[in-house]
This record gives sequence, structure tokens and C-alpha cells, in this order.
Amino acid sequence: MPNNSYMLSVSELSFERYFDRVFEPVSFELAAGSLLLVTGSNGCGKTTMLRVLAGLLEPSEGKIHCQEQPLYAGHNPAIKDDLSVEENIMFWMNFMGTRESVRDKELCKRVIREIGLTPVTLQEGRTLSAGQRKRCSLARLLFCDEALWLLDEPYSNLDREGIVMLDGIVRNHLESGGACIMTTHGSLRPEGFELQECHLVSGRERYAGAAA
Amino acid sequence: MSKQATGTAFGALLRRDFLLAYRRRAELLQPLVFLMVVTTLFPLGVGPSPQLLANIAPGVIWIAALLASVLSLDSLFRSDFEDGTLEQMVLSGQSLALIALARIVAHWLVAGLPIVLLSPLLAMWMNLPDEGLPILIESLVIGTPILSLIGAIGGALTVSLKRGGQLLSLLVFPLYVPLLILATSAVGAAVVDLPYTGQLGLMVSGLIVALTLAPFATAAALKLSLS
Repeated sequence: MPNNSYMLSVSELSFERYFDRVFEPVSFELAAGSLLLVTGSNGCGKTTMLRVLAGLLEPSEGKIHCQEQPLYAGHNPAIKDDLSVEENIMFWMNFMGTRESVRDKELCKRVIREIGLTPVTLQEGRTLSAGQRKRCSLARLLFCDEALWLLDEPYSNLDREGIVMLDGIVRNHLESGGACIMTTHGSLRPEGFELQECHLVSGRERYAGAAA
Repeated sequence: MSKQATGTAFGALLRRDFLLAYRRRAELLQPLVFLMVVTTLFPLGVGPSPQLLANIAPGVIWIAALLASVLSLDSLFRSDFEDGTLEQMVLSGQSLALIALARIVAHWLVAGLPIVLLSPLLAMWMNLPDEGLPILIESLVIGTPILSLIGAIGGALTVSLKRGGQLLSLLVFPLYVPLLILATSAVGAAVVDLPYTGQLGLMVSGLIVALTLAPFATAAALKLSLS
């Protein structure tokens, strides 16, 4: 029986695609205030695992005990090309709800300022650079209500300043009792965190090793 | 997670869809221009005899409306699917059927309603007798929402395919057949002063069935496409 004090506990989780294991079974537990870093080479199933944890894919084996629906920020930015940064963020605020009960332009402006997109507030999504897009999709972290965050390669395309900003946001979240799972292929890692690490092994890699 | 109130989320989605439709107005105009072009080709193709045109008017207008509405179906869920909006919507905890319904309502208002509004002009071009016009409009008011509702199921099923458009039309056209038969026979009956309430009644019942079931079918299809 999983311990209830954990925000998320996963046992022997694996996912098969066409009878092929995407990643070898993993088990871990995540308490409030902790950060789990999922590492592994390209194609080892990090994104797939996060999608399973988010509930977008059904696990083939193993159990996930999750207290509530986590927030998932994946590779797809969920930004509309034809809407401005402000309109995009306003839509998600209205659709998803916010931490605070007020949802107005002021809150939206504050979020945009904190994420560092003030100069492009009125620009359409299509005109944003890759890094600005990433910032815009990460803006949800500033108003969302979820306690568990699943961030898929959150550092990709961010500049140095953006990385520091993201570390600050994650730190705040952990200090206020949240938890976070982050994937990274290795080149960028969160700085100055106490973290658990989970190294993911691709199903195919393991099989190749056994054959040799 | 404290879920956003369903009504607020529904309203936010509708507002966003109208804003997007406004930003891409050229895309919206295409099916309407297509509808007008197809209708104008008929007098050129089959000959401009007023009696002949009057006879085929209901069928021509309805077939052109079917084609025009299928044109806009492919984009119903595609852009939300491709930029990740759809997966975020699924994870938001809102009912997927309601999300689908919001998309369908928005689709009808920007793609179906303009067809209804254009129909008097098309009827004039096709020399449809005056007695037939109110019934043509009525049948389009009842019928175009059914086109959007059934089309949404097809759109959701083919959203993950790169070129879903052709498959989409193969999927939905057979389902449109009863609607086409009922609508054109109602208009035809009205022109020759026969009762037409039966056909319209069947269309309304079809609309109710589609309205109650299609959002759920669309939601199931979207889930399939996402996994």
C-alpha cells in the first residue's frame, strides 16, 4: 500500500508501444517539496513517461498513485499563432482557472512581466522566437493551481536569464509545498537544488545489451 | 486541482474561437466562395433553362452546402491538435464532450450560419420558386448544425492523420445521405404545394439525436487520436 504522504508514487511503471517496451520499468516516490530529475539519452522514453504520468497515455504495466491531476508542460507550446501573447495567456487563465480568484488583465500583465515577455505583449504568437514561445508556454506555471508539475525539457531554447528565472519559479513552487518532475537529456540541469534522480533506460537499449 | 467552472471555460473557448475566426477571416470566406462558384457552375453546365434549374435547385444548393461545410471541417480540431492545445484541454479536467460541443457551436456559427444567410441569393440564381425559399431556409437552419455535429466526429477521428481531409469526406458523406434526401424532398414538396412537415420533423429528430450523441462520439474520437 503506497504511503499517503507522497504526492506521487510510481511502482514498476512501463509503457509498451506495439509490444515494444519504450522504457524499462521505473519506481519512485515523490514527496511534497521535492524535485525529481529524469535523465536519459535521446529517445529513451522521457517524454513518454511524462505523458503516462500526466494521464495522456495508459501505462502498460505498473501503478501510478497520484493525489491530483498534475500540470503537464510538454514540447508542444499550446500557443495560438493568431493570438497575441496576452490573448493566449488570458485564454488559458479563463479556461484552466488560476490560483487567485481574480482573473483580470492586471494578473495577466503581472504574469507576462514575471515571465519576461512585456516587450512582446501584443505580438502575435507566430512572430515569437523559440525561446519566447517557451517562456509563453511556461507562463502557466505562474498562475496554475496544480501542486505537481511535469516539465518536459523546460530549459530547451531558454537563454541564461530564462534558465535562472525558471529555477526561481520552480524553487518558489517547491518551497510552497509543491513537487516537480523535470526531464533533461543532460546538458542543462537545475542549479542548486536538492534533487532525486531517475535514470531512464530505453527498452531497446536493455534488450540490445542482453543480446550482446 | 480546483477545476475552472464549466461555464467559464466554455465561454472562454467560444470567445477564443470567434477571435481566431476573425483573425483568419480569409479562411472562412473560402467555403462560401466555393459554395457560390459551385452553384453558378450548374446553369453553365446543364443549360440555363429556368424550368430545369428550378427542378434541380434544392438538390444543387444542398449538395453545394454539404461540400462547402466539409471543406471547413478538416481544420476543426487540427490546429489545436498540432500545437498541443488539445492535450492541455484534455488534461484540464473539463469534460471533453463539452469542449467538443463548444468547438462545434463555434464552427456552426462561423461556417454553417453564413450558408443559411447566403441561401436566398443562391435560390435566386437557381430560379427556385418563391414557395420553396422559406422551406429551403428552414431545412438549412435545421440541417447545417447536423453537418457540423456529424462532421466533428469525422474531424476528430482523422485529426492525427497528416492528410485526413480526403478520408474525412469519405467518412462523413455517407452519413449525410439521409439528411440530403429529407431536405431536398421537403423543399421539392413545398414547391409543388405538397405537405413537407414530415420531412422537416424527421430532420429535427435527427438534429436532436446528433446534438445529444455527437459531442460524446467526438470526445471519444479525440481521445483515440491523442493516444
